[in-house]
Amino acid sequence: MNELWNQIDLFWTWLTTSSQWHGGDGIPHRLLQHVYYSGVALVCAAVIGLALGLLVGHTGRGGFLAISLANVARAVPTFGLVLIVVVIEYSITPVLVALVALAVPPILVNTFEGIRGVDADAKDAASGMGMTGWGVLWRVELPMALPLILLGMRTSAIQVVATATIAAYPGFGGLGRYIIDGLARNDYQLVVGGTVLVVLLALIVQAAFAALRRLLLSPGLLGSARSS
Amino acid sequence: MDIDWGWIGEHTDTLTEHALIHLRLALLPVLFGLVISLPVGMLCRRWAWLYPPALTVSNIFYAIPSLALFMVFIQYTGLTASTVMIPLTLYSLSVLVPNVVDGLASVSDPVRQAATAMGFGPLRRLLQVELPIAVPIVIAGTRVAAVSSISLVAVGQLIGQGGLGYDIIRGYQLQFQTQIVAATVLIVLLALVTDAILVTVQRLLTPWARARMTS
Repeated sequence: MNELWNQIDLFWTWLTTSSQWHGGDGIPHRLLQHVYYSGVALVCAAVIGLALGLLVGHTGRGGFLAISLANVARAVPTFGLVLIVVVIEYSITPVLVALVALAVPPILVNTFEGIRGVDADAKDAASGMGMTGWGVLWRVELPMALPLILLGMRTSAIQVVATATIAAYPGFGGLGRYIIDGLARNDYQLVVGGTVLVVLLALIVQAAFAALRRLLLSPGLLGSARSS
Repeated sequence: MDIDWGWIGEHTDTLTEHALIHLRLALLPVLFGLVISLPVGMLCRRWAWLYPPALTVSNIFYAIPSLALFMVFIQYTGLTASTVMIPLTLYSLSVLVPNVVDGLASVSDPVRQAATAMGFGPLRRLLQVELPIAVPIVIAGTRVAAVSSISLVAVGQLIGQGGLGYDIIRGYQLQFQTQIVAATVLIVLLALVTDAILVTVQRLLTPWARARMTS
């Protein structure tokens, strides 16, 4: 327990040192970089994962292929991918590509499973009422699959926020800078500081998704869906 | 991309050796995770109020970057394999515990009642009815945990634990593409083979589910 208090104390002194709050090494700058990388990666991944998942789930074709692709993407070590591509071309794009690759599988798989799991009777009823394929997709399948889709996006978002720390290894900043620097200089305070900030960011993401869930989910579904 | 095939040919031995270290570092934690999550999942089934806190704790571990978690454990375990394996065990728990609980919850009430009616006590029902029915979902979680563990171990090289992460970082330091590519491809292969093995294990363990799973 003492150990834990020490760490909290370390973090607090670090956080309240005023020099931490200015310039290119300051917390606001690093935090913005981190949020920017994670945000861009997540938006790209959401577009790809949602489009593919909706298509595959709605048509019911290519499900096996989509799941296998997602599995392969999960198996690719982000770290290796970042460094391979950075060796070929030194820019932030490779890091973003790696983060997108990491974030697509949970979104894709959950979208696909969510759409596929929609009750066949509900779909029949919708087409019976004269809805077209698009109508069924937008007004029946998507709203009913939303809890699972949001869960997939949340998983992706948390993973991306945690993994974006890797961007610091080839020197692109972000909150990982503190962790890598702390490791290099044997400065435990930096490591704890960087880690706590990443965890706080992840908790904010989690809260944001809880709020989104309340906003977007149709009230009729709120009771029945899993609350995690 | 230029691949130096000659280098790969000369270094097959070291690469194989690193791959084996890599597998050990990645899969032992998943095994520990399984051993821990089974009883934890059962307890969460028995006392439902345990589940939300367990889920929150495992979600928080999920949010800590692997590198940072390794660093935190250096304070307690030094530069040893445990420093990589304990964090990976914690990561695997965040996938495995929910899956064990979901798997046990997927047993329908009529099945449970039938077991009771046949005179099974709670323990026997758990071992002979509920656990076997939970196997597909538990193994689905194990697959995700194993695959991500194999890809995460690469980061362990930053605290000197070897495996294929060594080749990734060495290749980066030397700006030698071949070494990074070879190691990354090997990690992907290890993950895919492990995944395929787990699928087979699941099929062997649940012959009765085969018809339902493929339909």
